[in-house]
Amino acid sequence: MFKMLRSDVLDLVALVGIDPDSDGLKRAKGLGLLAPHEGPEWVLDPGNNIDMIFDATSAYVHVRNAPKYREAGIVAVDLTPAARGPKVIPAVNLYEHLDSMNVNMVTCGGQATTPIVYAIRRAIDELPYAEMVSTIASLSAGPGTRANIDEFTVTTSAALREIGGASTSKAIIVMNPADPPIMMRNTVFGALPEGSDHDAVIASILEMVDEVARYVPGYHLKNEPVIEEGPFNTPGGVVPNRVVALLEVEGAGDYLPPYSGNLDIMTAAALRVGEAISIHKSGATA
Amino acid sequence: MSTQTTHRDFRLIDSTLRDGSHAISHQYTEDDVINIVKGLDAAGVEVIEIAHGDGLGGSSFNYGFSKVDEKLLIARACEATTNAQIACLLLPGIGIADDLREVRELGVNVARIAVHCTEADITEQHIKVAKKLEMEAIGFLMMSHMSSPEDLVKQALLMQSYGADTLYIADSAGAMTTEDVRRRVNALVNALEIPVGVHAHNNLSMAVANSIAAYEEGAKNLDGTSAGLGAGAGNCPTEILAAVSTKYGIETGVNPLALMDLAEEIVRPMMPRQQVIDRAGLILGYAGVYGSFLLHSQKAAERYGVSQAEILLELGRRKVVGGQEDMIIDVALELARAHAAQEGQ
Repeated sequence: MFKMLRSDVLDLVALVGIDPDSDGLKRAKGLGLLAPHEGPEWVLDPGNNIDMIFDATSAYVHVRNAPKYREAGIVAVDLTPAARGPKVIPAVNLYEHLDSMNVNMVTCGGQATTPIVYAIRRAIDELPYAEMVSTIASLSAGPGTRANIDEFTVTTSAALREIGGASTSKAIIVMNPADPPIMMRNTVFGALPEGSDHDAVIASILEMVDEVARYVPGYHLKNEPVIEEGPFNTPGGVVPNRVVALLEVEGAGDYLPPYSGNLDIMTAAALRVGEAISIHKSGATA
Repeated sequence: MSTQTTHRDFRLIDSTLRDGSHAISHQYTEDDVINIVKGLDAAGVEVIEIAHGDGLGGSSFNYGFSKVDEKLLIARACEATTNAQIACLLLPGIGIADDLREVRELGVNVARIAVHCTEADITEQHIKVAKKLEMEAIGFLMMSHMSSPEDLVKQALLMQSYGADTLYIADSAGAMTTEDVRRRVNALVNALEIPVGVHAHNNLSMAVANSIAAYEEGAKNLDGTSAGLGAGAGNCPTEILAAVSTKYGIETGVNPLALMDLAEEIVRPMMPRQQVIDRAGLILGYAGVYGSFLLHSQKAAERYGVSQAEILLELGRRKVVGGQEDMIIDVALELARAHAAQEGQ
């Protein structure tokens, strides 16, 4: 919400909830926004004239409403794991789905690591295997994520292949309860076949980190990427080396505390996508 | 030799083929599995656990790749056993529900769902899948030295409510004293309707004593591994637990001499290093760091020319949990950078 209020492209009109007493709705009201608690019904009411919705409900709720939004001509940027529309990672495929009425933001870990996998892939001929490990503070993992953790690993792993370009992949998520809570950490491992240009791989990763940091300011490397020697018996075949990129995402601290980088990267990426679609559409109709 | 009438004061679960996998960097072959399963089965062990050391789906850059696909090894184990049940372990976030479905088809009938001791609610999905597949579901709370008895009870009650048949606490860092174990087991036995188990590690040389103490407080399940093969300084050695139990007059239903033969003739010859409590192993227990970090931190120390002990102590300070093996590289790089800066001055 706070990020959207700062947007020059989008005009945030409402924060829609289902609980009239929720803290979020109260805050929205305090900022002069509409804060209805009638949920999707309100969004779909033609009188309210909504062009775009950022849906952070749940996969179940989104699946039920996605066709209705489409029918009503409302663009849906889906922050749930429902995956009704194409997956979008802004730093990689932002411009490929601008005409889509429904785009999916994958997962927080997917937003943090797919760009790096793509960066490794573009620097070498073939990326036989890529792996990501996300560690998030226990406090920042909501009950939806916790009740269905397989959704996170399966969806993220698919993004590393479909968008990142790895031939095979694996995604791992770990919850850490330490107090004070830890920042979101993401580690990417890429399998480097014989003859890979290691300098090119590292340069490509550094460039990509800058690219992502443009829309997620708290996104940075904790250490320079390193090349380690194996051999490694990966699912994509035995490789002599691997590259390791150790990333951290610090949240902007708008509404949620800085350790919630996992939530921040989702909202920042979704906003980037929403703005791009909006600019594209206004250009098309002008 | 074991029959349905054998009386057992506690159930022994052997994890040589799961936790032991850490100590050999996940290099088990089909022959190793067949030999070990046959030995444990013949000695009367009731449950044999097998999987990658980090559970189903653990084969990865982060935890080490398996030499042989674990599903193939599990299939061999299911074929090789006569009486013993075959168990697996799964950490939600690493393995997925489909892994449970696959191994169920192979003949696995016990599923241990393992999680850091404060995160029980992420096991609901997997415990329920295990129950639907008609498996015994064991909730397994790792690093339980990090939680108080009261907090462990809260987490254990959640797992019980999801349908867990048995509740285990694991001393994954080998960091608990006998008193620590007694207080936890006592609280759990009093609060739960389901049986309690303890999985001990030997970093402080307490594994057998802690297991016996757990039994005295009412634990009905105890874990061991042949020759203590396992993460960190190793586990509670199955053959020693059986021998000590006999001395105490505790009925195990297993044959200690047959377990000694297995440890001596099959397991020890295939171990790349004997399971000793060296400095790094002791530091894990002393600093309360996840046992499977041992070999990974040794490798990182060699790669970046830094001290393994320093890596482990820093990981302890950062309160990393099981699964965060990537932080070993992170810490090693930071130490290397700090050293380089010092030398530059």
